[in-house]
Amino acid sequence: MTAFLVVLVIILFGVAVWQMDKIFQMSKPKVDENSEIASDKDNNINGYLMLGLAFFTYLLLIFCFWKWGDVLLPKAASEHGGGIDNLMLITMILIFVVGFITLWLLSFFAFKYRGKKKNRALFFADNDKLEFIWTIIPVIVLAGLIIYGLFTWTDIMNVDTDDDPMVVELYAYQFNWRARYSGNDNTLGEANVRLIEGVNQLGVDVSDPNAQDDIIVTELHLPIGRKVLFKMRSQDVLHSAYMPHFRAQMNCVPGMITQFAFTPSITTAEMRLDEEIVGKVQRINKIRRDKSLELTAKGEEALEPYEFDFLLLCNKICGTNHYNMQMKIIVESQEDYEVWLATQPTFAEVIKK
Amino acid sequence: MSAHAHDHAEDHHDDHGHHHKETFVTKYIFSQDHKMISKQYLITGLFMGFIGIAMSLLFRMQLAWPDKTFTIYEILLGKWAEGGVMDPSVYLALVTIHGTIMVFFVLTAGLSGTFSNLLIPLQIGARDMASGFLNMISYWLFFLSSVFMVLSLFVEAGPASAGWTIYPPLSALPQAIPGSGAGMTLWLVSMAIFIASSLLGALNYIVTVINLRTKGMSMTRLPLTIWAFFVTAVIGVVSFPVLLSAALMLIMDRSFGTSFFLSDIYIAGEVLHNQGGSPVLFEHLFWFLGHPEVYIVILPAMGLVSEIMATNSRKPIFGYRAMVASILAIAFLSTIVWGHHMFISGMNPFLGSVFTFTTLLIAIPSAVKSFNWITTLWKGNLQMNPAMLFSIGFVSTFITGGLTGIILGDSALDINVHDTYFVVAHFHLVMGVSALYGLFAGVYHWFPKMFESRMLNKNLGYIHFWVTIIGAYGVFFPMHFIGMAGLPRRYYTNTNFPYFDDLADVNVVITIFALITAAAQLVFLYNFIHSMTYGKKGPKNPWKSNTLEWTAEVKHIHGNWDGPIPEVHRWSYDYSKLNKDESDYVIPGQDFIPQNIALHENEEEMNH
Repeated sequence: MTAFLVVLVIILFGVAVWQMDKIFQMSKPKVDENSEIASDKDNNINGYLMLGLAFFTYLLLIFCFWKWGDVLLPKAASEHGGGIDNLMLITMILIFVVGFITLWLLSFFAFKYRGKKKNRALFFADNDKLEFIWTIIPVIVLAGLIIYGLFTWTDIMNVDTDDDPMVVELYAYQFNWRARYSGNDNTLGEANVRLIEGVNQLGVDVSDPNAQDDIIVTELHLPIGRKVLFKMRSQDVLHSAYMPHFRAQMNCVPGMITQFAFTPSITTAEMRLDEEIVGKVQRINKIRRDKSLELTAKGEEALEPYEFDFLLLCNKICGTNHYNMQMKIIVESQEDYEVWLATQPTFAEVIKK
Repeated sequence: MSAHAHDHAEDHHDDHGHHHKETFVTKYIFSQDHKMISKQYLITGLFMGFIGIAMSLLFRMQLAWPDKTFTIYEILLGKWAEGGVMDPSVYLALVTIHGTIMVFFVLTAGLSGTFSNLLIPLQIGARDMASGFLNMISYWLFFLSSVFMVLSLFVEAGPASAGWTIYPPLSALPQAIPGSGAGMTLWLVSMAIFIASSLLGALNYIVTVINLRTKGMSMTRLPLTIWAFFVTAVIGVVSFPVLLSAALMLIMDRSFGTSFFLSDIYIAGEVLHNQGGSPVLFEHLFWFLGHPEVYIVILPAMGLVSEIMATNSRKPIFGYRAMVASILAIAFLSTIVWGHHMFISGMNPFLGSVFTFTTLLIAIPSAVKSFNWITTLWKGNLQMNPAMLFSIGFVSTFITGGLTGIILGDSALDINVHDTYFVVAHFHLVMGVSALYGLFAGVYHWFPKMFESRMLNKNLGYIHFWVTIIGAYGVFFPMHFIGMAGLPRRYYTNTNFPYFDDLADVNVVITIFALITAAAQLVFLYNFIHSMTYGKKGPKNPWKSNTLEWTAEVKHIHGNWDGPIPEVHRWSYDYSKLNKDESDYVIPGQDFIPQNIALHENEEEMNH
């Protein structure tokens, strides 16, 4: 009954509004047919607002930098990362300069030349010189950017085997990662998903002599200063091995082996002392403490404090748990790395068990 | 050729009026009249857009408040959101269908379909499309594909959820994600029909523009809208068939055990028999359409904006030939840049270098266009109608979104921002928001043409524009920052591990702006529906425009012009042209000279 009354009231209210609207419409004098076309007053108001739009975009950008400038990725933890960051900085500066000027011109012209009945527009259809200038300037600037970009790209992607990189396999499957070290011979044993059986989760060829000293782990440890050549494989669908702190990413494609190489240049321990990271960890821990208070109030377990670690994330949609497909990466000194690696069983040992 | 078409059209005109007894069905449903078909496209597109935007709101709420429950989820998503907690698989489904609907159904069919249909015959001076029948089929295939897409939302295992790019193997294997079952099949069927529709439409547009121009309408006198629609149709014909082939191969991989895209897969505890295929092949095929597709979306918007901007500036568009040349350059380049979506797909790094080169070249015609638009405003007499505001807004977002393309197109920089929110922010600004502004600009400008002189309410239009542009920037500026923080896209929640916890407040800000922006679209929706029947009637040529559509009858008649088709004597941009002694406009007291007005004696002849 109450529901019915409520519905009835709503309907009657609607009818009342409609009727009032009709009365207002009828009481208004007959409007001229130009009433929905911008008048000088509209031009004026919107002209000023257009000028405001330029300031709004600038202020929004400044606000974003001020408020969220600290969420950006910290300095690159790999040797090639510096090159990418430099190129990024140059491109960014260019973008800001061009964006600032063009948005200003757009808004300022929209403001300055807002229409007035008595004004007359200038018939200005062509100017070859002007058009030549703004064709040639982008050509030159982009040529510079393209050349710089291509050098950076080629340096990163062409792996020089003379550097004797350490070969590590990154193996992706729904929804986790494994890493396979190539062991003392620095050569990975052959592998194929058809060979997956029991503990041999990665389908490594048991009969391959190169495979015997391979070491399969769930946490990636890397020695600092040594070039690592990652060979990526996927077991099921496309994944992408994304290591944002190292400015490294490559897709893992079922049926083929992809690769990416970089040299870690900062250890996890050093990175944890980095100013930006310290700040970030503090902020995250503050959020977690607040959340913990809520949780404990509800009688649930509090969250553990967060400590920074490098991450390997999946960055290609791969299924329902895509959002939680990650692996910890630890960069450490050569000695620490060797000590850790020695504690891990080789493939031959795992299979024998 | 155009003279011949003219004669033919006149013959056609002579017998019109005798045998056109329209019934309700032939007039409103299976209509072969381009004006009605255009309205059908627009309304279907807006309806799909409503669904697409509503979906984005749902997943934005999930991203902003991952640990809260919302009853609205349960109401709208049913079993996928029991207790108001969104299921991860439906999150992916929402993202996928949002992308598909917005790119194909709203911005391809809703934008290009609507305005190509409305404006091509009217602006070139033709009585209708070359084939009204094919045109009708094109719309109804589009409608059918929309029906399939909407139906796919209701299948047991959920709609397609492998992302709008439907990369196999994820999209090929129901074991990999539930949405790759019947949902994916319906998605592919829907897209196959959509491609057929789009091809029929595009062929029709091309033939019409080439053959049915009225007397005097040379290619260099075409309004830029027509150039844009024409070139868009050409790109569509070149690239859509490739997507069809990819879709067919995917269908075969899914249903008939072939291995075009599948190889060496171990899933759900067993090895699949497929061997020798490559997902990278699919990526090549997909992006051979996928990249031109973004230009299929943006070129019509560019055309509309050029036309609206010139009209409302009361000035000729600056550098008409350069504008045409840059449309052609963009169209050509768009077909050789697809690899920039695949820098880190595992393809040869040398290919990456080539694609970086071609991709950054696109910045040149884009820059030329932007500068020309800005110069068109310079020393104009700007009439700030809602359509004009959206056009200026288009240039603004095209610049802000386009500039970040320089980062993404550079293979070295792409490594670290690929598939992060930086990409999402970039393409939403440059093609999503910009193309929508183009669509809105077009609707505000040509609404009187569509609905027999009824006009949209301008004040609601102003509210719509200003809230939208502020809101859209509020959504997508901060999004660049979470992208540069390294946050991958398509994550159901960003707080499952602590590293991205400090991005929570950015996500809340983005979502709030998204909700506000979406609310502003309701204002537009109300304005649109209300003005269709109650809008105030304006003059025949409300924006004092030069193009031929405003010389056509206000009342929608079959054949557009009651009398003979107008003959064209000039290009469409003679705004504020002065007479030889510069004492007054060519036509005293009138700052525009419609295309069908013959050259005056005291007027300097342009090279058009």
